Amino acid sequence: MLSRIAESLFWVGRYVERADDTSRILDTHLQLLLEDPWVSEDLACRSLLAVMGASPPPVGPAVTPSHVMQTLAYNRLNAQSIAGALDAARENARRARETISTELWECLNTTRNDLPSAIANRTTPEFFAWVRERAAVAAGITDSATSRDQIWTFLVLGRSIERADMTARLVATRAVAGSSGPSWTTLLRSCGAYEAFLRAYRGNASDALAAEFLLLDPLFPRSVVYALRQAEQCLVTLGEGNDRASSESAVRILGRVRSGLEFRPVGQLLENLPAEMEEVQRGCSSASDAVRVRYFPTGLHDDWVGERL
Amino acid sequence: MADLFEGYPTGNAWDEMTGLVSSDTEEATSADVWRAQYAQLRGTMARLSPQEIRARGDALARSYLAQGVTFDIGGEERPFPLDPVPRVLDSDEWNTLAPGVAQRVKALEKLLDDIYGRQKVVTDGVIPRALITSSAHFHRQARGIVAANGVRVQVAGIDVIRDSEGGWRVLEDNVRVPSGVSYVLSNRRAMAQTFPELFSSMRVMPVADYPRRLLSALTAAAPTGVDDPVVVVLTPGVYNSAYFEHSLLARLMGVELVEGRDLFCSGGRVYMRTTEGRRRVDVIYRRVDDEFIDPVAFRQDSLLGCPGLLSVARLGNVAIANAVGNGVADDKLMYTYVPDLIRYYLGEEPLISNVDTWRLEEPDALSEVLDRLDELVVKPVDGSGGKGIIIGPVASRAELDEARTRLRLDPRGWIAQPVVQLSTVPTLAGDRLRPRHVDLRPFAVNDGNDVWVLPGGLTRVALQEGELIVNSSQGGGSKDTWVMGRSRWVEDLDEAGDVVSGPSLRQGPAVDTHPDAARHAQDQQQQQAAAVAPATPVAPPVAPTTDVPEAPTC
Repeated sequence: MLSRIAESLFWVGRYVERADDTSRILDTHLQLLLEDPWVSEDLACRSLLAVMGASPPPVGPAVTPSHVMQTLAYNRLNAQSIAGALDAARENARRARETISTELWECLNTTRNDLPSAIANRTTPEFFAWVRERAAVAAGITDSATSRDQIWTFLVLGRSIERADMTARLVATRAVAGSSGPSWTTLLRSCGAYEAFLRAYRGNASDALAAEFLLLDPLFPRSVVYALRQAEQCLVTLGEGNDRASSESAVRILGRVRSGLEFRPVGQLLENLPAEMEEVQRGCSSASDAVRVRYFPTGLHDDWVGERL
Repeated sequence: MADLFEGYPTGNAWDEMTGLVSSDTEEATSADVWRAQYAQLRGTMARLSPQEIRARGDALARSYLAQGVTFDIGGEERPFPLDPVPRVLDSDEWNTLAPGVAQRVKALEKLLDDIYGRQKVVTDGVIPRALITSSAHFHRQARGIVAANGVRVQVAGIDVIRDSEGGWRVLEDNVRVPSGVSYVLSNRRAMAQTFPELFSSMRVMPVADYPRRLLSALTAAAPTGVDDPVVVVLTPGVYNSAYFEHSLLARLMGVELVEGRDLFCSGGRVYMRTTEGRRRVDVIYRRVDDEFIDPVAFRQDSLLGCPGLLSVARLGNVAIANAVGNGVADDKLMYTYVPDLIRYYLGEEPLISNVDTWRLEEPDALSEVLDRLDELVVKPVDGSGGKGIIIGPVASRAELDEARTRLRLDPRGWIAQPVVQLSTVPTLAGDRLRPRHVDLRPFAVNDGNDVWVLPGGLTRVALQEGELIVNSSQGGGSKDTWVMGRSRWVEDLDEAGDVVSGPSLRQGPAVDTHPDAARHAQDQQQQQAAAVAPATPVAPPVAPTTDVPEAPTC
């Protein structure tokens, strides 16, 4: 497959997942603000912006949920926002238009077309639900109507790396906001994991178990470890892990992050949750870089030297 | 019951539905005089209320927006307007047109071969040498660069119109990178989904064969000795107005759509960068203009092409389709010689006439044109997309004066033609049908053995009343273009008395059992999609830098 196309597919996977996860995170936290009058709105909003990688405004008027929504949901010029991510997913899909299925293209294209009215005409929770639904359609088409070749592999590789990163951010919001942050139950719900969690632990819930579930559960597809493992599998499908090259490969980076989580006592992880989650995010970022270097070389540095023919 | 076709007026030109011109006034409202294929169309369409037609037209537009069937104006994507009323050509009409198109392509092939070869056509005095040497698109660099099977025009789009008597006339030839075929394909698909009853009552020749024909012509052009050639489509990128088309063709042919930066030349070969390393490329269906295709040979500031491509092509290690330098043959001044060229190269009489044209290089012609400028159309010889055209009767005095100055300064750069009242076809305007002017771009594919003409082509329609410029950039839309055909199996089916044997699992669209319709059901027709954005893709000299997927900063 063309490197440029592979890169676009990788980013389609990432952006769709980013829109989905961002809507989950925002939904949870903004709902919490409404329900809990004792929370400092300004502080909570600033933490939220920080953990999502958007720099909060310095000092000045208190940051409000509507500011958060503008920045992380509606701003189409910012690829970290939901709307920006959906635009970017569509734009990348357009570049790979001849490669992806018509269904996937039309799903992403109509999502983009419907964005303005979704922003203007829906309440906040309705907007989040719409975003999750559109992402689910895209993911469903990817999984049900795409050959398990490189097209699927790059889409899912992007999706998995993004998901590991975003679940880590979700977990970190708990850590950053401390006891005033969302409860673990809330976090589980925002991932659609609450029922799965209850079945796994039979209602015997505790914070530690919930954390363990979101970080380490081997069966739940949004857990950090599951997503990392899926990304690793994609890389192996692409042929990584077989060569003994000394260069830092994405599969090694991800494997290291994953085993760092898997083979340590949960208590130890919880003690230092913010740092641990940052470690996961850093790992995802360097793995993404490694993928780019390995699979998406651009011609920008090749100089034409008037080859003699 | 009100019907869309009621009160259909005669326009100011020959109308393809009624076969009448404005002087024939009265009869136009009586369906008895209508041409058969339109009477049949009306038979089915009249059963739909204007509201229903409007609703389906809206559905068409929505489907185009969802599919991203758009064209780009100033960076904004817009859905290409598709009129819900098809243009219908019966098989006789088509059979006078298609061979004429193929004939023209064959002559232009021979002309290009000659121009980049011994130039016998000049020696024999058929065309002046200056016609070649003064052409902006004659590239000496292109000499010796030709596909292994000798074909230079894999794809041609020959623009034709119908004059005030309904006769076909060629308006211009496009043998560089003609665009618009994607709209033929997508219009057909959208129309079939939106108006299934029309397709079951009329037999429309299918157009879906195009990508396969194109691929086989490209494969046939592959370098000698390559058994299973790797074919790619080369696009300037997503900002090109015809990007939709490039991506559709690549998808339907199942080949890679590459940009210049995906390619590189090394050791006398062209490769593309893939996730598994480099992969050799054998045939490039390029949709990038000559000037931008290879910065080593042409514009050095172009990032759209691939450095060294022409050298590799000259070695015979890659085929470029269409060939570089074809522009010399579709220059509008060369166009005036095409009838002579057909006689010279093929020994045949031209099957389709040109529009009468003045060559301004000839002093008498120039002075006549300058005198009569207010009644003529003048066009730049290498313009496209309707750009730079001056229509005398509607131009202001100042515009005409300015035009006179320009014509005097550069007579080689312009041609003049009488204003031709393009034929009209019923088109939805509000909740009524009104005559609107159309042209037609049939597409021909040459695989070296045969020139195949896609049945139908891109009909562009000027959506404004009286407007003669049909380009999408000037507010034009398109129509699905149907060629009715006869088909053996349809006749068999009729003889079998419409008996369906075996369990019917699904109720298909209702079949029209109207006596007239049944008679005509023997004529198999296919519809074609009208096309859009006819303009030759214009490649910006420098590739946009925002093409790279944006990396997150978090």
